[in-house]
Amino acid sequence: MALSLVTPNFIVERDETRCIACQVCVRQCANDVHEYDSDTDRVRSNDLNCVGCHRCVTLCPTRALRVRTNPLEFRPHANWTAQHITNIYRQAESGGMLLTGMGCDQPFRIYWDHMVLNASQVTNPSIDPLREPMELKTFLGAKPERLALKAGAEGPEVETEFGPQLELEVPIMFSAMSYGSISYNACLSLARAAKAAGTYYNTGEGGLHPDLYEYGPHTIAQVASGRFGVHLEYLNTAAALEIKIGQGAKPGIGGHLPGEKVTHDISRTRMIPEGTDAISPAPHHDIYSIEDLRQLIYALKEATHYTKPVSVKVAAVHNIAPIASGIVRAGADIVAIDGLRGGTGAAPTMIRNNVGLPIELALAAVDQRLREEGIRHRASLVVAGSIRNSADVVKAIALGADAVYIATAALVALGCHLCQRCYTGKCNWGIATQDPYLTKRLNPDIGERRLVNLLRAWALEIKEMMGGMGINSIESLRGNRDHLRGVGLNQVELDALGIKAAGY
Amino acid sequence: MKRIVIHEEHCIGCRLCEVHCLVQHSCSRDIIKAFRAERDTIMPRVLVEENGPVSFALQCRQCPEPSCIEACISGAMHRDERTGAVVCDETKCVGCWMCIMVCPSGSIRQNLAGTRIASKCDLCYGAEIPACVAHCPNEALTYEEVP
Repeated sequence: MALSLVTPNFIVERDETRCIACQVCVRQCANDVHEYDSDTDRVRSNDLNCVGCHRCVTLCPTRALRVRTNPLEFRPHANWTAQHITNIYRQAESGGMLLTGMGCDQPFRIYWDHMVLNASQVTNPSIDPLREPMELKTFLGAKPERLALKAGAEGPEVETEFGPQLELEVPIMFSAMSYGSISYNACLSLARAAKAAGTYYNTGEGGLHPDLYEYGPHTIAQVASGRFGVHLEYLNTAAALEIKIGQGAKPGIGGHLPGEKVTHDISRTRMIPEGTDAISPAPHHDIYSIEDLRQLIYALKEATHYTKPVSVKVAAVHNIAPIASGIVRAGADIVAIDGLRGGTGAAPTMIRNNVGLPIELALAAVDQRLREEGIRHRASLVVAGSIRNSADVVKAIALGADAVYIATAALVALGCHLCQRCYTGKCNWGIATQDPYLTKRLNPDIGERRLVNLLRAWALEIKEMMGGMGINSIESLRGNRDHLRGVGLNQVELDALGIKAAGY
Repeated sequence: MKRIVIHEEHCIGCRLCEVHCLVQHSCSRDIIKAFRAERDTIMPRVLVEENGPVSFALQCRQCPEPSCIEACISGAMHRDERTGAVVCDETKCVGCWMCIMVCPSGSIRQNLAGTRIASKCDLCYGAEIPACVAHCPNEALTYEEVP
């Protein structure tokens, strides 16, 4: 066998003065990095297999382990970086596409970090959220053209009938992750947390496991190009439906769940034979135009008797504004847009790192366009693609979003360390795997608690930031770009975001 | 009384319960010293049973009517008045292993490493939370009031 030129990404350092050879690391590593040698009663590590997930480091009872980036340096070259060189080594050996997981890891400008928020001083009072009511409740769905009131027995009543709405206690939902791409315990954690926190999680295109039907009122059921697990009961159980056209991590690319992951349970949920590859085509084969999309939206509405809002999820791409306009005109109640940095269980590295738009720019463009066309009220806008903290949420809402989707952040709350090896099915944290040894590692009781804590913590911070701005309802922040200023952005970027530069 | 409840579905087979049980029952109570200097004289009183992906940590079930107490010929096995746990008086144990023969859960073991005595879970001498429960990373062991 020819020599491999691939060198380890990481170095596993074992402090021999601390290691007690308890072998917890050996048992916890699905990548077979650690090995116990009974002859010497020592544990050795094979750096080459290490993916940097920190499972061993976190569980080591004596803190004897450290994982460091391999300091192996190539001769400095601004153009030919180590990443490019090692990628070529890998491809020259495998002859295949480079695969990866999670969101784009390239240093594109993160616009959230170039926007600052406002606060009240002297001329308008700030509000203390601990003492005064602060409203985060959000309704997603088409809003009426105007509100008609009529006299009622106890004062004025709203006469206008609203279409179906999703009611959110916090403007944050869990984004689409299918059963198959993530484990049952991960799905269950998300479902339970969505119920406990008064928000929604999304099935992805993996169908809905029979045991999760009880969380239907907090479920957004996705209908994607593979149509996996879609049947009438699935549609009617969910609170809302989502047609997935694209995904931020891999716009224009379909999905591929390898047969090894299609276990008995997943095959039943997806309604495909056990052990067969689940391939989602890149396009919906029945959608080649806005008119076709309209047909599917109304087919779903008919199937559910117009009782559930229908969302359409697209990846942020160059002409996102007119695309979103078309989606709204096609009858979608919610438009979900997933940005460049959105995550995935598996994507070709080159696609993930090079295709799509940062969500901040896409959001600003879409909100602006829908307002100009006078159709902004006809659909709610949900954005996804690397919302990392509560300030990102506040900035997204100030830019014009109605709510945000989080997925990477939710998985990080469950233990994900962003090692980007989801596609291997060997997730040591029990998230992106179907291996029964590994899925047990995510206890759904702990998972639910951690997700609910995350949403609670973010809600507290959002209220604090709103209070600082003198705003007591998230509705007043929505699309309120006056509360944003750009730092370190050029005029083109400021114009694209529709915000002023800091100091103006 | 409180008992240790096993949640097999959450046990990940890491055996940290065994590690921390051993430390708890060492002289030094220091994880590195316990493994380096005392490893030959102490053993964990909890054992992780494994078969494929199924695993669970098993320790004394603290039976309401313990067979081990009934079978003990020397009166070493008794119920501790303060904690309510079934424990072995190491000064009285003669190593006849009758307790091991009758234990329905197989959670008493021969301590051949140090003295010849029956080794079993003592609920960490009435600690608020036993070491195995406190250190289980996935809450596969809980300490609860069980009727």
